[in-house]
Amino acid sequence: MLQEYLPLLIIFLIALLVGIIAMLLGYLFGPKRPTRRKSAPYESGMVPYGPGRRRMSVRFYLIAVLFILFDIEVIFVISWATVVRQVGVPGLIAMAIFLGLLEVAHLYAWKKGALEWE
Amino acid sequence: MSINDFLAILPVLVVLVTGVLVMVADVFLPEGRKGIAALLSGLGLAAGLGAALAAVPSTGTAFAGMVVADGFSLFLDALFAAVGLVGIGLAYDYFKRMRLQRGEYYTLLLFSIGGMMLMGHANDLVMFFLALELLSIPLYILSGFFRARLASQEAALKYFLLGAFSSGFVLYGIAMVFGGTASINLEGIVAAVRDGSANLTFLLVGAALLVVGFAFKVSAVPFHAWTPDVYEGAPSPLTGFMSSATKAAGFAALIRLLLVVFPALGENLAPVVSGLAALTMIAGNLIALVQTNIKRLLAYSSIAHAGYLLIGLVAVNSSAAGDAVAAMLFYLVGYAIANLGAWSVVVAAEQAEGRGLELEDYSGLGRKYPWLGVAMLVFMLSFIGVPLTLGFWGKLYLFRVALESGLFGLAVIGIAASLVSAYYYLRVVVYMFFRDGEGVARRDVWLNLIAIGSAAAVVLMALVPGDLLQVAAQAVLRVP
Amino acid sequence: MTAETLFPLVPWVVLIPLAGILINLLAGRALGERGVGLVASLAALGSFAVSVLLAVGLAQQPEGQSLLLARWMSIGSLNVDWAFRVDTLSVTMMLVVSGVGTLIHIYSIGYMHDDTRHNGDPARFRRFFLYLNLFIAAMMVLVSADNYLMMFVGWEGVGLCSYLLIGFWFEKGEAGLGNARAAKKAFVVNRIGDLGFLIAMFTMFWAFGSLSFGEVLPRAAEAAPAVLLAITLFFLLAVTGKSAQLPLFTWLPDAMAGPTPVSALIHAATMVTAGVYLVARSLPIFAAAPAAQSAVLWVGALTALFAATIAVAQTDIKRVLAFSTISQLGFMVAAVGMGAVVAGMFHLITHAFFKALLFLGAGSVILGMERGHERHAQAHDGHHGGFDPQDMRFMGGLRSRMPVTFWVYLIGGLALAGVAPLSGFFSKDEILAAAEQVSPAVFVVLLIAALLTAFYVARQLALVFFGQGRSEAARAATESSPVITVPLGILAALAAVGGALNLPGSHLLGDWLHHTVEPLVEAGFNPLTAGIALVIALAGLGLGWLLYGRSPLTRAEEPDPLAVRLKGLFTWLRRKWYVDEIYNALFVTPYTRLSQMLAGPVDQGLIDGVVNGAGGMARLLGNLGRSLQNGYVRSYALIMLVGVALIFTFLLAR
Repeated sequence: MLQEYLPLLIIFLIALLVGIIAMLLGYLFGPKRPTRRKSAPYESGMVPYGPGRRRMSVRFYLIAVLFILFDIEVIFVISWATVVRQVGVPGLIAMAIFLGLLEVAHLYAWKKGALEWE
Repeated sequence: MSINDFLAILPVLVVLVTGVLVMVADVFLPEGRKGIAALLSGLGLAAGLGAALAAVPSTGTAFAGMVVADGFSLFLDALFAAVGLVGIGLAYDYFKRMRLQRGEYYTLLLFSIGGMMLMGHANDLVMFFLALELLSIPLYILSGFFRARLASQEAALKYFLLGAFSSGFVLYGIAMVFGGTASINLEGIVAAVRDGSANLTFLLVGAALLVVGFAFKVSAVPFHAWTPDVYEGAPSPLTGFMSSATKAAGFAALIRLLLVVFPALGENLAPVVSGLAALTMIAGNLIALVQTNIKRLLAYSSIAHAGYLLIGLVAVNSSAAGDAVAAMLFYLVGYAIANLGAWSVVVAAEQAEGRGLELEDYSGLGRKYPWLGVAMLVFMLSFIGVPLTLGFWGKLYLFRVALESGLFGLAVIGIAASLVSAYYYLRVVVYMFFRDGEGVARRDVWLNLIAIGSAAAVVLMALVPGDLLQVAAQAVLRVP
Repeated sequence: MTAETLFPLVPWVVLIPLAGILINLLAGRALGERGVGLVASLAALGSFAVSVLLAVGLAQQPEGQSLLLARWMSIGSLNVDWAFRVDTLSVTMMLVVSGVGTLIHIYSIGYMHDDTRHNGDPARFRRFFLYLNLFIAAMMVLVSADNYLMMFVGWEGVGLCSYLLIGFWFEKGEAGLGNARAAKKAFVVNRIGDLGFLIAMFTMFWAFGSLSFGEVLPRAAEAAPAVLLAITLFFLLAVTGKSAQLPLFTWLPDAMAGPTPVSALIHAATMVTAGVYLVARSLPIFAAAPAAQSAVLWVGALTALFAATIAVAQTDIKRVLAFSTISQLGFMVAAVGMGAVVAGMFHLITHAFFKALLFLGAGSVILGMERGHERHAQAHDGHHGGFDPQDMRFMGGLRSRMPVTFWVYLIGGLALAGVAPLSGFFSKDEILAAAEQVSPAVFVVLLIAALLTAFYVARQLALVFFGQGRSEAARAATESSPVITVPLGILAALAAVGGALNLPGSHLLGDWLHHTVEPLVEAGFNPLTAGIALVIALAGLGLGWLLYGRSPLTRAEEPDPLAVRLKGLFTWLRRKWYVDEIYNALFVTPYTRLSQMLAGPVDQGLIDGVVNGAGGMARLLGNLGRSLQNGYVRSYALIMLVGVALIFTFLLAR
């Protein structure tokens, strides 16, 4: 049964092999002349200052997580909007429930102070 | 989508809506009045329990075949709501005492219960996954509820990482099943198998992956490794709830999958589940022997009991399927009662900063608090499976099913393992009654009520096991 | 009220006493002594009221009914329910148990008030009533059961209560162990009988596939004769244990270590009659095994005679009654052995009345002696060492000191002796009349037993109440309070007129029981045997009066007149034919030696060695497993992955 998928496996293996060979060739034949500038971290052309790993305020993460959450949830609204006529009133109710829940979450985040910076 | 769709999962909705309400209400509750959140949650769960008990067991699907309502799911709805109620009783005084009273505990607990209930109702592999995540994610968070306690954080992270790992297996299994049958709906899968259009190899691989994923949830060896660490680190009331309810939810999924969806694979899967059962019983009981911390001891005990339950799961694909499901549900109820009771004693005996959890700390506790001591004795006897307790009947029915389906080896292992388990269970009793110590326990109304009520239930319900089995036998699954 | 509405009440005969226990357990401390006694007595009374209602229902629908309360167990082909049987036989037992039980509860309020103070632990008052209610509940389970297993639950339950109550003052008695030892003896000896019950049940299930009365009894004759013989003989073993028959009677005299109300309720009126009830209930099985029937008959008859001979020579007021109880139980067992169920049940009922009366009267006497002893000790500031308030040699002349007790005791004694027209006369006469029809030999044996009965009754009455006080305590004794004398009065009335239940001619009880059991022997009234019985009873009483009443003893140290005449034989009788000593030498001592051998070298050496080895092995494995639990998530994930890999290897290798 699995034999049908044998070609697929062979393609995977060939792809893997090609990648490895390409990297191997570069490693073997590429010239290596490192300088101080070359081995410094790349920061869009700026001269790097301080270590690359710095602490960031946890608030950034909180805001980011909330943004991603609400952002992605809202995508559902778009897909719903494209078929709003077909799904009709039940669809409307479902979307109302969905948005209601979203609003509850928003309310919670708001009251808990997750949106305040200070 | 009609009103009937919502009625089919009414208990679930009641619990989830209550969860949302508690979340909103909590932010308006002043500090120190968080008991209202607990009360509200309790009312919601009671309403859910009422809805489950009052519902007429009908069989049918809802939401375009996504969910199913049958006797099995109703039984589990009631079980989860009841366990949840006890879980709140365990938590209320504890968090007040630990100065960690937050309404989120109850919200998350309700969400998790909703997820568990949904697990019983799932009729679609995606619903299984959703329910799994809905029940798991709140538990990850709750495990780390003691934010200031390192052990609690560690437990949460471990649980989350390994849980995500196991969810991966479930998802991969769903993909495989879909690949094999071109359907994720249970009816569709069954139909595909029936008309021969299914690719059985893919189906088998998928089913095995699903079994692995849910075996993690019921903490079957070798997917158990998270259990002791998480049970130890998580707040004790949560562990009590989790060990009773999550196990039932995991087995709910396994029963429905193996009985309804993959009966054709029984021949292949039965040896796998048998192996898991044997390994779980042996390893769980043996490692429990050397535990000195009560939470870890109960964790291994919970693993061991998952092993006994897995025997029933093996028999699900035999001619004794109906008996097997009834015996498993009976066992789950008996285990939940005794387990919640035992955890209520643990919660009562726990001191601030996680002290009072070593077996040494239980010295003399039984003589000082005779009610708690006697209750603990009853629970331990029930865990062992001594006659006159609910645990005895649970084991008896399970082992009988095993013998009826010709699983002599598993039954023998189960009985031997039960004998071994007597050692570590009775050790708790020995400490409580025959050692001198300075142990102190909290005298809280709810905790005492749970301990004594559970002990009474374990003994009294053991007087009418025939009737209880009858109830469990009515919890039949819808077979498409 | 119709039978359909009344019969479903039957679970309450068990539940009400249980409720009483619950109340006293939870709120007993707050209720105080009075409240505890009241709750317990009301619980017993409630049980009695329900029994009466059941009887009313039966009057309309005498064939009765089985009521299912709950399914108990169903394993394979074994189906056992919590089911109650309401029929004339079971309701008769319920009425006796709860009726006499209620009176004894009330009596106990007064008795235990004094007793707990005399023994120096008033806090045990509540415990006594908890046990007493538990006993009522267990006994009700026993008599209301619809199958043998549920009956066995009650059977064991009453055994447990008996054990707890015999050892109620467990730290008292000879060398501080006497009472505990008596309780243990009762428990162990009863266990032998219980084993018989169990084996009989196993055999029955194997032969009939059921343990329910309704299924087994109608099909009793279908089984092979050997099987029936096995079942019945093992039941007989159970009967000899619970009802204190030969050879297992030795526990009952020692059981008198319990408080007197216990002796009256458990060890005279109710529990010990469970064996009689068992045979009566299983009559169809016994009827199908004639050999077993004659075994039962002879065990009963010989016990009746044997115990009566011992009772003649005892000096302890309660021991006389204990051996008398064994003897009277022998009469009942002989009766049901003959198949004369009505006669046996009739005697069971009347015996419950007059023996409870006698025991409670004895209790009143003992309390009076204790009060007299204390009054005397206070007045003279002296202390008499070794005072035994139960020794009849120190009594005498109590007729004038305790008139009420005397009169009720007299009624009870004459009823026991079988003097017309008191209740004992009618019931004993029915047994004798039946024996006369069945076997002349048994008839003669029972007649001799009846003669001895009358004799020791006269002896006891003379020693306790007549003559003059032979100790300071007896001379200073006082009458008991109304809470004690009122139940005595009621019981005395019942003992006097109890015979009306089954008077010759009316046969009330006979017709009542006919609906449930069909006696094999119809014991009609036979003027000749009745006359012989009456003459025998009067002769016994007269003989006793000649020896003890005509010239009463004046000092406690004086030898017993009977001992003077019987010499060596009297010592044999007093020492109970040395049965205890023989049992000790034959069974107890070898068994103890064997146990010590097994406990020492065999268990601690051999078995512990093996077990510790296995345990160590298990611990080793456990530690090995624990080492895998190293706390690293990556290890855990690896373990999982290995598990998955193993599963897939297995699946693909298939």
